Amino acid sequence: MVDFAGWEMPLHYGSQIEEHHSVRNEAGMFDVSHMTVIDIAGERAGQFLCRLVANNVGKLVETGKALYGLLLNDAGGVVDDLIVYRREKGYRCVVNAGSREKVLVWFAEHNDEGVELEERDLAMVAVQGPRALSIYEQVSGLTGLAELAPFSARDMQETMVARTGYTGEDGVEIILPGEEARSLWHDLAAAGVAPAGLAARDTLRLEAGLNLYGQDMDDATSPLVSNLGWTIDWEPREFIGRKVLETARESGIDEKLTGLIMEGKGILRHGQLVITEKGNGVVTSGLFSPTLGYSIALARIPRTAKGACEVEIRNKRQPVKIVRPPFVRHGQRVFKTPS
Amino acid sequence: MSEIPAELKYASSHEWARLEEDGTVTVGISDHAQEALGDVVYVEQPELGQTVDAQAEAGVVESVKAASDIYAPISGTVISVNEALEDAPEMVNQDPYGDGWFFRIEADNLGELEDLLDSEGYAEVVAADQH
Repeated sequence: MVDFAGWEMPLHYGSQIEEHHSVRNEAGMFDVSHMTVIDIAGERAGQFLCRLVANNVGKLVETGKALYGLLLNDAGGVVDDLIVYRREKGYRCVVNAGSREKVLVWFAEHNDEGVELEERDLAMVAVQGPRALSIYEQVSGLTGLAELAPFSARDMQETMVARTGYTGEDGVEIILPGEEARSLWHDLAAAGVAPAGLAARDTLRLEAGLNLYGQDMDDATSPLVSNLGWTIDWEPREFIGRKVLETARESGIDEKLTGLIMEGKGILRHGQLVITEKGNGVVTSGLFSPTLGYSIALARIPRTAKGACEVEIRNKRQPVKIVRPPFVRHGQRVFKTPS
Repeated sequence: MSEIPAELKYASSHEWARLEEDGTVTVGISDHAQEALGDVVYVEQPELGQTVDAQAEAGVVESVKAASDIYAPISGTVISVNEALEDAPEMVNQDPYGDGWFFRIEADNLGELEDLLDSEGYAEVVAADQH
């Protein structure tokens, strides 16, 4: 058990590698109740979120639609990443537990629209893997979840079932009252879903090429050098941080966040020095990929670097290859190895 | 509770040492250490013929969680390394006192074994580690 933003959470329930494989091959579940859920209501809730989120919340027209986006600060750094869901009335934001206070203050300070902000005390269970949907349907009695489009939710008020996740596999994230989460967890376990901890969550998300807040992006780093340009909607509209990013784009971006693989022995880890022909960089997240059987990483390196480079591990330089993430999707390796 | 065989000697840095019949000393890491490390994915062994000093770094074990140095519990010359760990590092987790051994040393002075902890002494180290 480890302390995670004030929550006592299991790193693993047994072997983190077995938990990882369960999610890739069958179904696994994560207790992600530490995530912060904030409901936003009021006539101008949409305007509020359009101004604070760099992705375009205005695109969420239908109830249940969701998008991934960033809250930017005035300097263009990332306050947090979040998922915004459209609800029948208003919106629901799911933000990182580690950023909870910061985001609550950020929202309150920027509430020019006078929206109602309500932090909800709800549990959240992520069921992920190729069999996740069918097992969850069997356990919950719900049907037709396969027709739910990715990044949309079935909103049943007290319980919300979203086809989202942080693993690169199909699955659902269920937001529900805490007292119901316990029985759901037990029913899922009885149906063969493997409990998985924070450690497997980290290996799965990195294989899927998904950033972790605080490691691959933060308050002081532009999303344009964190492989997050795709989350910014440049349609003519105002959002916090826009001007700084525009200026940065015009003057040229000289770094990128991309993938590294190391097929030799050893493990890439956060903070290691990356040496390329175009200059140095740094590993932002690195670990052993259980699916691939060798180490993978996200690294911030010079934009024009490609092909082979080196990483310094315990004062020795080891050969690595630059690849485009994601590394693994739906159980399969998906990147191309440079020739 | 982790297993701490009574017939072995231990370093407070969590290596175990076993005096073999031929007078050489086999080295590995304790059950407690492998448990704390989590799944081991890579072991960097000392070179054959390399001389090692007691309490000095002799290798590295990388688990999914972290890289940890392995210290030689006794001074001497490395006469054998467990090559099976190259392809099956998980043996360190599965059998830390058996197939998961690391390397074997010809000791300069077997008397150094007396400087190590016995199983009871090591059990205290483990207990302190868990607080």
